[in-house]
Amino acid sequence: MKYLPLVLGALLRKKWRTLLALLSLMAAFLLLGLGQAVNSLVEGGAEFLGVDRLITQARTSFTQPLPLRMLPRIEAVPGVKRVGWSQFFGGVYQDPRNFFPQFAVDPARLYDTYPEWRLDAEAKRDFIATRNGAIVGRVLADKYGWKVGDTIPLSSFIWQKRDGGNAWEWKLVGIFDGRDDAWQKRTGIMYLNFGYFDESRVAGAAGLAGVFVVRLRDPAEVDTVAAMIDAQFANSPDETKTQSEQAFQIGFLRQIGDIAFIVNAILGAAFFSLLILTGFIMNQSVRERVPEFGVLKCLGFSDRTVLGLVLAEALALCASGAALGIGLAYAVTALLPADYPARIDTRVLVIAAIAALLLAVVVGLPPAWRAMHLKIVDALAGR
Amino acid sequence: MPALIEIRHLTKVYERGKQRIEVLHGIDLDIPQGDFVALMGPSGSGKTTLLNLIGGLDTLTDGSLKIDGERIDALSGAALATWRANTVGFVFQSYNLMPVLSALRNVELPLLLSDMSSSERSQRAGVALELVGLSDRASHKPNELSGGQQQRVAIARALVSDPRILICDEPTGDLDRKTADEVLRLLQSLNRDHGKTIVMVTHDPKAAEYARRTVHLDKGVLVDAAEH
Repeated sequence: MKYLPLVLGALLRKKWRTLLALLSLMAAFLLLGLGQAVNSLVEGGAEFLGVDRLITQARTSFTQPLPLRMLPRIEAVPGVKRVGWSQFFGGVYQDPRNFFPQFAVDPARLYDTYPEWRLDAEAKRDFIATRNGAIVGRVLADKYGWKVGDTIPLSSFIWQKRDGGNAWEWKLVGIFDGRDDAWQKRTGIMYLNFGYFDESRVAGAAGLAGVFVVRLRDPAEVDTVAAMIDAQFANSPDETKTQSEQAFQIGFLRQIGDIAFIVNAILGAAFFSLLILTGFIMNQSVRERVPEFGVLKCLGFSDRTVLGLVLAEALALCASGAALGIGLAYAVTALLPADYPARIDTRVLVIAAIAALLLAVVVGLPPAWRAMHLKIVDALAGR
Repeated sequence: MPALIEIRHLTKVYERGKQRIEVLHGIDLDIPQGDFVALMGPSGSGKTTLLNLIGGLDTLTDGSLKIDGERIDALSGAALATWRANTVGFVFQSYNLMPVLSALRNVELPLLLSDMSSSERSQRAGVALELVGLSDRASHKPNELSGGQQQRVAIARALVSDPRILICDEPTGDLDRKTADEVLRLLQSLNRDHGKTIVMVTHDPKAAEYARRTVHLDKGVLVDAAEH
């Protein structure tokens, strides 16, 4: 701490230069904070999902449907407790911007495979009994102000009805909640009665489902059961790929690209530019103060102390920029609506701290090394 | 009186590529405790090189340099740094103050290497500033001080850790006559009243008159010495 005035003094020597460097660092760390928050969302967004569920999809792609006749064979696999199925509907409400996930499901099987949803008994019965019935999560109902009994028109960009149109009307029969906070936050989805959907869509697609949802008796058997299901359909026209729900969810998000790779590539480019810029600034700053380092050494400052002073300058600069950038990222993510739960968590803070430290060492070490090895006589002469 | 600074057959050679430049040739010089020596000579005579060697800023090529009985030419880099911090104070022609620090903070700099508390450091720096007559300028930055005031701050910095030896390289070179005389009187007082041993390089014969004796160098050898 006793060297703090020297470190701060060096940084404040050229205020504009330091300010510009700080702004660059802040921008890079803002990007890092937001990028890593998105990564956390992608990588960690599925963490809460049940560990006792498998998703069976077509081996080639989850967009390739599977025939419902496979159901008994999956149900017969040892360790399987209950099997449901799900078909992505792909509808928009009133306006293309009003998109949210909708899945056509068998209601009774949904209750068994997703016990995390809370729906009252009357609504459960109505969902089974109402041919064009639908249930929505609380987040979605609140967002659009829907109440039970409403008719919700959806325009599907995937499924045509047999009459050639793509306008579907669903009757809202229930609003479900999540069993805890994590699940409650995910109630921005809608389930549609598969029976009506299947008989109303174009004839060629009837009897097909997007994926099977398999609930297990024992979560420890995830890998065994997945392998047995896939083995059932090996070398058939409908080969399958069965994986945990978590793995499926991450894979689904990655369909739009390897988000983590894209984010990290952008961050890498930003930090490389920053490395050049901050490195140049640190070098310039040390070069301008060569006689001052000579004086410090005259006064008895050891070579290592001089090295430490320059590294401390680099660290102070990088840490300040990181704190400002991550602070700003925190503020930005805090303002995001609940639909986008990207947050600055401990993992992001640790990544930012490591990045700041590495950056400080990489940009600070070359000039610090130079200052350390300055010969006093040459330094005093400004050489 | 035994010599505080004992120089024997000192030779300094610089090598620039294949060129070998012998700056000092077999210098023998004794400087007793409490002396005030002015080193004079034409440019390139080697006086600043000799001063740097006495201050432990440079290494000699041959010979020996003892200060208070210790061979400082045998000390390693870190040990030499500690020795400088404890034994020598430096005053330069261009003051060499840290522009971003106040006068008080500049004077405090050598004390950062000690175990003193912050308040002890401030107190001692304040005393040193008072000694050079600048206690009312403690919070001023160097660019808010005149040349003479800056040099007095530099002298306070050189004194603050109570070194036995003051090394002054053209301390009045950038000052007008009147201010130079003030600074030289201050150095003279530090020598007479506080017993500091001072070695000063100067081109100015009037400045040299403030010293107890003058040593002349020419082309790397001592040519004569005169008592004042």
